[in-house]
Amino acid sequence: MTESYKKTLLDPLFESNPIALQVLGICSALAVTSKMETALVMCVAVICVLALSNVSISLLRNFIPGNVRIIVQLTIIASLVIMTDQVLKAYVYEISKQLSVFVGLIITNCIIMGRAEAYAMQNGPFDSLLDGLGNGLGYSTILMATAFFRELLAQGTVFGVVLLPKVSDGGWYNPNGILGIPAGAFFLIGFFIWALRVWKTDQIEAEG
Amino acid sequence: MEHYLNLAIKAIFVENLALAFFLGMCSFLACSKKVNTALGLGAAVIFVQSVTVPINNLIYNYLLTEGALAWVSPELAGYDLSFLGFLCYIGTIAAMVQIVEMTLDRFFPALYAALGVFLPLIAVNCAILGGSLFMVERTYTLGESAVFGLGSGIGWAMAIVALASIRERLQYSNIPMSLRGLGMTFVLSGLMAIGFMAFGGIQL
Repeated sequence: MTESYKKTLLDPLFESNPIALQVLGICSALAVTSKMETALVMCVAVICVLALSNVSISLLRNFIPGNVRIIVQLTIIASLVIMTDQVLKAYVYEISKQLSVFVGLIITNCIIMGRAEAYAMQNGPFDSLLDGLGNGLGYSTILMATAFFRELLAQGTVFGVVLLPKVSDGGWYNPNGILGIPAGAFFLIGFFIWALRVWKTDQIEAEG
Repeated sequence: MEHYLNLAIKAIFVENLALAFFLGMCSFLACSKKVNTALGLGAAVIFVQSVTVPINNLIYNYLLTEGALAWVSPELAGYDLSFLGFLCYIGTIAAMVQIVEMTLDRFFPALYAALGVFLPLIAVNCAILGGSLFMVERTYTLGESAVFGLGSGIGWAMAIVALASIRERLQYSNIPMSLRGLGMTFVLSGLMAIGFMAFGGIQL
């Protein structure tokens, strides 16, 4: 793998993370992270849709007229999401019930539109595939980290396996309820961004 | 009447799209630097939301759901097209946004200039699509979905205006360098979400 491919694939992990730096795709990051299992399914779904949509839009990029491109992109993305939704309903019905409307909302997940518009419209299919995978992984990193802390601290479990036995079940751990509610996800992601920017100081926003 | 009022209160406060379901977060965080832009975006969202949710309700009930095509001819009664839902809703939304944009441009140029770039952005705002998906999931009637659309739009607009006013005040405070901007906005929204939890369980 050459240097530039590696860069396309790995940069979105920390250097230009879609959630922490590009402010894309935050809605689902907050809503599906109360359990690791649902978060994992969501990540896989987003990576698939993102990689496939990047490739197909990149292949079609020379045929899409500029002024109707948004509708064309939305149609491609919506078709991919419908496929994903049907697959999820067929194989992991319970989890797809928990994700409820958020699978459908992958259509309007700004990561997908954003990458299609910013990258796939200008680059070849293979580069776009790597960019899609990379951004999907960057998104998943934040999602899984948030879900890990939320599930561990709010319920004492990881992937449903008990690590910290709760007081109510005869153990010693007193669950931290605030991470179970939506607001906890805001705080966690806020702190992740803080930590990331202490590490990579060039991401600090200029005074505006 | 009471039922509708209850539904509206629920959509505005208890089940606030921005702070309880995290919908439309991208523009919620990105366009909340100034109160004026937040007001413009909020108004546009209220408008588009209260138009698209009832229209999508009609589409769902008369075109997509199982047996919905019975009014065309009895032979079509067996079809269930609900898997096409996402495509139809997003199409309606994109079309509505386009129509709203052209109408405003033609008849209310001042308002059009004020909303500016925010109108096209609304097509990919997940609060709008989310509203339509919730409407389908909760099987609202036409009247209910009109109230829900209006209420959820107002709730979203209120949340973004509130966040923008807090952020304007924050310019005077001394926040750690690495937390400035996006990080602090996240923490703020978290605090606001906790505040909105106080509305939980309100029934009329």
